[in-house]
Amino acid sequence: MKKRIDLLICSGSGCVSSGTERIIKKFKEELEKRGLMDEVNIVRTGCRGMCEFGPVMKIYPDDVLYVQLKEEDVPEIVEEHILKGRPVKRLMWKKTETPVDEKKHPFFSKQVRIVLSNCGEIDPESIEEYIAVGGYEALAKVLTEMSPEDVIDEILKSGLRGRGGAGFPTGLKWKFGREAKGDEKYVICNGDEGDPGAFMDRSIFEGDPHAVIEGMIIAGYAIGAHKGYVYIRAEYPLAVKRIQIAIEQARKYGLLGKNILESGFDFDIEVRQGAGAFVCGEETALIASIEGKRGQPRPKPPFPAQKGLWGKPTTINNVETLANIRHIILKGAEWFSSIGTKKSKGTKVFALTGKLNNTGLVEVPMGITLREIIYDIGGGIPKNKEFKAVQIGGPSGGCIPKEHLDTPIDYDSLTKLGAIMGSGGLIVLDEDTCMVNMAKFFLEFTVDESCGQCPPCRIGLKQMLKILDRITKGEGKLEDLDELERLGNIIKEASLCGLGQTAPNPVLTTLKYFKDEYIEHIVDKKCRAKVCMDLVEFYIDPDMCVGCTVCMRKCPTGGIIGGKGLIHIIDNDKCIKCGTCMDVCKFDAVRKISGEKVERLKEPQTIRRVLKKASKSEVKNG
Amino acid sequence: MNIEELRKLREKVKREMKLREKNARIRIIVGMATSGIASGARETMNAILDEIEKRDLKDVIVTQSGEKGLHPKEPIVIVEEIDKKRRFVYGDVTPEVGRMIVIEHIVHGKPIQNYIVQIEEIKEE
Repeated sequence: MKKRIDLLICSGSGCVSSGTERIIKKFKEELEKRGLMDEVNIVRTGCRGMCEFGPVMKIYPDDVLYVQLKEEDVPEIVEEHILKGRPVKRLMWKKTETPVDEKKHPFFSKQVRIVLSNCGEIDPESIEEYIAVGGYEALAKVLTEMSPEDVIDEILKSGLRGRGGAGFPTGLKWKFGREAKGDEKYVICNGDEGDPGAFMDRSIFEGDPHAVIEGMIIAGYAIGAHKGYVYIRAEYPLAVKRIQIAIEQARKYGLLGKNILESGFDFDIEVRQGAGAFVCGEETALIASIEGKRGQPRPKPPFPAQKGLWGKPTTINNVETLANIRHIILKGAEWFSSIGTKKSKGTKVFALTGKLNNTGLVEVPMGITLREIIYDIGGGIPKNKEFKAVQIGGPSGGCIPKEHLDTPIDYDSLTKLGAIMGSGGLIVLDEDTCMVNMAKFFLEFTVDESCGQCPPCRIGLKQMLKILDRITKGEGKLEDLDELERLGNIIKEASLCGLGQTAPNPVLTTLKYFKDEYIEHIVDKKCRAKVCMDLVEFYIDPDMCVGCTVCMRKCPTGGIIGGKGLIHIIDNDKCIKCGTCMDVCKFDAVRKISGEKVERLKEPQTIRRVLKKASKSEVKNG
Repeated sequence: MNIEELRKLREKVKREMKLREKNARIRIIVGMATSGIASGARETMNAILDEIEKRDLKDVIVTQSGEKGLHPKEPIVIVEEIDKKRRFVYGDVTPEVGRMIVIEHIVHGKPIQNYIVQIEEIKEE
């Protein structure tokens, strides 16, 4: 019998970890119980982007979106919606009255989903569904109507630039690949997504793996390669599984292997799993890793386009770049270049994380402002906190402060501000973030991930980290700031690969835009976000303490003196800053302070705060 | 597989995925609250689905709704002509009438007067 309802349940990593499998199991049970199994089709899809609201599910043909599903919600949906046709409003996103409203919400209306168009709409483990929505048609067009030069020309004209971060024109890369002399050439898909907080590539692999494969085959045709590698980190098990299934299915249909679509063109793909080293995202290190060597970069030139994998000409493209190709081939370079800005065409996928109401995966046209992404799509900062900065481009990128919120997002504007487009990680920071500490966090990451080959990166970054560490402990000197800047600029100049050349960016941009916070740490021994624990103490406000003795009794180190009816005092020599006193105080008398001038009592005194006793009627009314 | 086979496969699977189509011309809504089901709305819906499948109608989607407050006339079926912004409410729709609606109204464009309860305009939100 023909199915009358499609249940599209998100099976991206985010939703899986919030319980997709349990929900699916429950749906099957409930549908079975009511004999509806034959009428309903359960489809697992890729990421819909609303990771904050997982697990999410869409019901067609009604086009209703349900969010944050729990097992106990399932019987209601089956009974009310599937059986009786009454959408369960309380489970709908933003509890919309009508199913269509959701698209008018800025989270969706400001997005332009090209690369992500299939994510959440088709089953990524079904090549048939991909084919049904136009999959492999671009490949068919390329193989029958276009010469490799035509393909390169089209991509050049589209203005597509590499989505991995640096923004090199893809068409030009392919042109170099085509022109390189060699009996054998390779295409590599760089899926070594390593930035903390970034999950764009993972979501594309998980949601639409065939789009990446199709892009790779077209790249192979354009440059004259017959073999491709997908390099993907082993830390992404679901992505690895989905791309492997996709490759198998494509082979079965003759879309990979010999004589693709009976055109005479051969191309096949292998998956190589990386161990998760950040430096392996650098192309020469990635190539070394595929060859089975230690993942270390080497000096360029020769560039991989001339001498890459096993010494042969190799074209390396990012996942998102490759996923764009089929759309450009089908809809044309002109259509693609109509989206975006003068020098940055098309869209960019961002992983929105940090202090935002709507975190998740979004795709926006180039040229959109940071303000639109953060306030319209992201829904602003939770708890009415103040926006401080946005960290873009991960450990290689930089911080952009409030003053530049109206900057259009494109490769060149971001570079001008000292940040980079990067692969698309976007972390929003609010007033509770200490900029010095954040710079330290990213530097710790790059120090850890440095391959150790070249001294500027290995030694220089370590020295920068030592200085930052001193500053966060309140032991910094003002000269340190100049030294940080000097070191940072030298490391950028002298490092061998992209890792070292960009690693100082988080420090340099925070120095540029938040120098006052550095100075506060050094001169006033103050951390305004109260994050750097060496500069923070716990303090009992004499005007607020009611002398209840709870904090004194709960303090694990016996670091509080006081007594019944007395103002309590924290002994900073004994305090380990665990925060227990603040948690247990019911009278808001304990505060975290940093660099504040406060009244300090020498010994406990009689309390000043008098609590009003509750009157009889208040007690009665509870 | 060659290109012809690829396109054939696409057409076949596309039909199976029609539920997710967003550019429907006609939306058929079957009233499926408890009383609707009791008076046979499920059978009506299945008959309609079957007829659409048989005729391979591409721009029609079938959904369901709850109570319409028209108990005596159930099962209720609503045909929305999205392009013409019109909505026909049919009453007493047995499976046979359901098939007739698909054939006469949707395929031939002739609403079945005897069963129409009312005709409404679809208002823009």
